[in-house]
Amino acid sequence: MPNKKKTKKEAAAQKKSNALLLPLYLFTIIFVFAPLVYMIILSFLQKAEIWGVKNVFTLENYRRILEPLYLGTFTESLKLAFLSTAAIILIGYPYGYFMARMSERWKKRMMMLLMIPFWTSALIRLNGWIIVFRSNGVLDKLLMGLHLTDKPLKLLYSYEAVLVGMIYALLPFMILSVYSSAEKMDWSLVEAARDLGAGRVKAFVSVTLKMTLPGLLSGVILTFIPSMGLFFIADLLGGNKVVLVGNVIQEQLTKGRNLPFAAALSVVLMVLTSLIIAFYRRVAHTKELEGMFV
Amino acid sequence: MKIKSKFPWIYIGIITVLTYVPIVLTVVYSFNESKITSVWEGFSLKWYEQLFQDSDLAEALRNSLILAFCSCLMAVLIGTTGALGMRSRKTKTSDVIAYLSLLPLMIPEIILGMVYMAAFSFLQLPFGMLTLVIAHTTFCVPYVFTTVRARLAGMDKSVEEAARDLGASDFRVFWDITLPAIMPAILSGVLLSFAMSFDDVVISIFVTGPTVNTLPIKIYTRMKTGVTPEINALATVLLAVTTGIILLSSLVGRRNKNK
Repeated sequence: MPNKKKTKKEAAAQKKSNALLLPLYLFTIIFVFAPLVYMIILSFLQKAEIWGVKNVFTLENYRRILEPLYLGTFTESLKLAFLSTAAIILIGYPYGYFMARMSERWKKRMMMLLMIPFWTSALIRLNGWIIVFRSNGVLDKLLMGLHLTDKPLKLLYSYEAVLVGMIYALLPFMILSVYSSAEKMDWSLVEAARDLGAGRVKAFVSVTLKMTLPGLLSGVILTFIPSMGLFFIADLLGGNKVVLVGNVIQEQLTKGRNLPFAAALSVVLMVLTSLIIAFYRRVAHTKELEGMFV
Repeated sequence: MKIKSKFPWIYIGIITVLTYVPIVLTVVYSFNESKITSVWEGFSLKWYEQLFQDSDLAEALRNSLILAFCSCLMAVLIGTTGALGMRSRKTKTSDVIAYLSLLPLMIPEIILGMVYMAAFSFLQLPFGMLTLVIAHTTFCVPYVFTTVRARLAGMDKSVEEAARDLGASDFRVFWDITLPAIMPAILSGVLLSFAMSFDDVVISIFVTGPTVNTLPIKIYTRMKTGVTPEINALATVLLAVTTGIILLSSLVGRRNKNK
């Protein structure tokens, strides 16, 4: 008898959780899963004359990606993503690490200093860099004042400007991820390693680096993936000199009006990013991204 | 463990100052009389005057606020119920859905923009506020869902069970125990969602119609066309608001701790 009662209760609970899950299930299936499937289907269809698609199967869109022009943008985007991620690791890792070792009071202060740019629109922060880089702008004036150069450098609309913009826009993600994993670390382990005779470097590599690896890796993901798609940074700081995959997709949608080709580009980009995430999961042994929700 | 050497302080100091250079410059040049940022012609408030008379930007701001509010509301409803539902259940399906619902945070924004542009035109939805809210909700849900789920996972179930054993109804238990416990998680999810929605330009550009502009879209198009003293003034106002909110929330946090 009591057994039966329990299953009745369980059935009621099951019903309740079904009702609770319904909105999430429906929304996710209709507005996340289905559109992604639609994108994959689109990438195998033909472009119609003006806008839209013809329901004819083709591999033409993927073949076109292999053309040197588009293949070039992929390698260019990957190169920029690698460069900016590397720079972000070099700058952000020590920053997050040092921050985690500060006193509680300073941690709070630093967090606030970090949060102000983090919560400010990326566009607005880019606007500041345009002021810095603009021809005859602040940096030009500074360099000329120091007699390092006698004529204005053409800094805005260059590869370097885009690189700086990327690093600047994405650095906080790395700092916060590294910080949140270094914060949780048990520092007595480092002391123990030192007591047992490990040198500073060895203690760092075998203890600290290992323990903060999840944070570092999730920082890499949070910076690498967006850096492939942030077309407005390349647009505003690079003029039309720097063309990334994101820019090509945007152009195909707005000017080229070629939905299937844009879909094919997106599919390739998505496969690339999924590979990176899969790699992360394997190395970090975790599903959650550290510091993603600070 | 305390830091003994000076190097970390210098390092953090330099990087922090560098991150503030563009921000400070924007603020300084918003008070510049000259239209061009390379010349300083004296203090002036004229860009602020222009900004506050700019009905175009005011409308964009209103749109952005409505959009962020609606997306957050949807995200709270969908994300919180989803997290509560998954609490007592762990099946293959729920794992798959949980994974799928997080996807919008894991693929580059440009792809989402492209995907929604294609999907909405396939569904023949009118491009405008409706499509904006749907697209923004997709990337706001994960923030609420994940924070609430993490909070629920760390929660002690025995309090709720005790209340139930003492005769409290399901609603009472939820209202008096569960909801207050997950409230901070909901709030932090909302805060993140709001900021992300208010800031988004990449996805919005693809899913909006010709008549509805959000603030980031307007800023972007103006920045593309060149000289933007008014944007400097706008940036300064937004910065002041952000800084104010952050200071306020840290003050509130401190007071709560002292209690």
